[in-house]
Amino acid sequence: MKEEKQTILSVKNVVMDFKIGGKSLLSKKKTLRALNDITFDLYKGEALAIVGESGCGKSTICRVAMKFYNPTSGTMTFGNNDIHKLKAQELKNYRQKVQMIFQDPFSSLNPLHNIYYHLKRPLKLYHPSDKITTKKKMDEYLTLVGLVPPEEQGSKNPHQLSGGQRQRAYLARILAVGAEVIFADEPTSMLDVSIRLGILNLMNKLKKENYKSFIYITHDIATARYFADRIIVLYAGHMVEWGDVNKVIVNPAHPYTKLLVSAAPDPEREGVVELPVLKDKESEVTVWTPESKGCPFKGRCPVAEERCSKELPQVREVSDGQFIRCFQSSR
Amino acid sequence: MSDLLTVKGLSVDYVTAKGGHVRAVDNVSFSIKEGQSYGLAGESGCGKSTIAFSLMRLHRPPALISDGQIIVGGNDIVHMTENQVQQLRWSEIAMVFQSAMNCLNPVVTVEKQFFEIFRYHGITNDKKVSRKKAEELLSVVGIPAERLKDYPHQYSGGMRQRAVIAMALALRPKLLILDEPTTALDTVVQRDILKCIYDLKKELKFSIFFITHDISLMMEFCDTIGIMYAGKIVEQSSSGNILHNPKHPYTYGLKNSFPSLKGEVKYMEGIPGTPLDLQAIPVGCRFQDRCFRACNDCFTKEPEISTTNDGFFYCHNPLKAG
Repeated sequence: MKEEKQTILSVKNVVMDFKIGGKSLLSKKKTLRALNDITFDLYKGEALAIVGESGCGKSTICRVAMKFYNPTSGTMTFGNNDIHKLKAQELKNYRQKVQMIFQDPFSSLNPLHNIYYHLKRPLKLYHPSDKITTKKKMDEYLTLVGLVPPEEQGSKNPHQLSGGQRQRAYLARILAVGAEVIFADEPTSMLDVSIRLGILNLMNKLKKENYKSFIYITHDIATARYFADRIIVLYAGHMVEWGDVNKVIVNPAHPYTKLLVSAAPDPEREGVVELPVLKDKESEVTVWTPESKGCPFKGRCPVAEERCSKELPQVREVSDGQFIRCFQSSR
Repeated sequence: MSDLLTVKGLSVDYVTAKGGHVRAVDNVSFSIKEGQSYGLAGESGCGKSTIAFSLMRLHRPPALISDGQIIVGGNDIVHMTENQVQQLRWSEIAMVFQSAMNCLNPVVTVEKQFFEIFRYHGITNDKKVSRKKAEELLSVVGIPAERLKDYPHQYSGGMRQRAVIAMALALRPKLLILDEPTTALDTVVQRDILKCIYDLKKELKFSIFFITHDISLMMEFCDTIGIMYAGKIVEQSSSGNILHNPKHPYTYGLKNSFPSLKGEVKYMEGIPGTPLDLQAIPVGCRFQDRCFRACNDCFTKEPEISTTNDGFFYCHNPLKAG
């Protein structure tokens, strides 16, 4: 039995190119393809995790969605509108509905103002009302994110809060704006281990009870499995495997996902495991240009064959709701 | 196996602006045997790195060692002169810091940085000899020799960390201190580097003092684990016991802060509350406010040491086996 899912954000064939400089001023500029053919839908009340190594384009997806850049080709639609063609009131509406939470809670709050101020500004801008209602709303949001008692926590300045509390305060601010879709760019990686789960549980609560949608960007696949419903594995700007989070992590089909899963720490494993990857001289990120051919993972793939360096594998569905881009894989 | 390093009753204070002091490390004792890997886990601010720095006496004011002994090879590091400690650093104890980015000199080639180590410690004054030695060391950690002429920014993050490890091993130290060596790196690179370190350990037979907050990683790589909370080691045991049979509720909580990759996705609580402010240490157990097993004793008196077959713990109401 499947419930009707409501698509809230839809990304279609997004390609993002960057010009990168040569060694000197006069040498020819090269093009780097940071994202290649990214396609996914985000449903209401769902968390979608994007995992991959640093430099694989995780944050670029975020930035494109935040309109830092216009994609080279492809579209992102929110509701029925192309994000990158929004104007005036529609843009304001988009900015309200789609918000982002950052990795570093220490620099995302203004150190000169207290927490109440951070909540009051968006409320004034998007939900103007009289003082008493505003105050009531602010307290509601603070209680929702677990900053209690709200009077005491709200009048504190950011430096008086711990990292976890700041991240909570920031979430409260996002909720005050009225966000429906939240882009979370490694929201827990700067927090203490014991605090991380608290934030994840809070986001889980917002997802389940308030039907917020999350794009959860991380490189920790264990927390991705804990929090997200679906997952996209990104390698050098390509979606190499995606689908239901449990299927992808428990039964990975793509060699890169297998590598990621076996590299994650597992206390119950005995001794040192051999990673299923070819030793390359420098384990640097694969640079992808528009002229590059074949599978991006071919250089490190233990099961690569000849055709892998010639053409990009087509998308295949290996099991219900699990897709890969790979010629190999038994299933 | 004999003890390589013994720490007895070590206390480190940070002097505050108002003339008071904050005790970041409070009466900590442990020992590292030859060829052993000892892991120290805990949240940030619990004093892990302060211990690491004081083992080499690298701590800077306002930190100062107020009490205790650090014994290496029969000598107490705490009472040595600065010159004696300088001799000891790098040749007996070497350290790999958290961010390799900051411990390589960005304007000097890697080759020259190796040469400086050899010259300073009186190994060689000949650049050719130094180059040969450096090439050997780099090949051990899997970096091609022609990269010696490069500057640090031409290396990737993982390579930089490996180069630092190669430098730390330049004088064949007996103890290697790893202060969160892989936190800034990707999981795949992280595993690569740890594997490299442990292969080297087998070959060169040094001991490891491993500091991290990723307890699941530590349980895979260390023999003995100490769990630190608010300046004290609250539990120490073999890694198997920490995993299957933790005694202290904090150990249990830390272990449960990492979602598993297998089995069903269960709701996990983590540890409620926030880390202890060391300026306001309560009477009794330091973990009292965040502990789910706190009893009356925990609020009135500090727990005494209880020993187990391969370690110890400090708790009034420990978790039962099984």
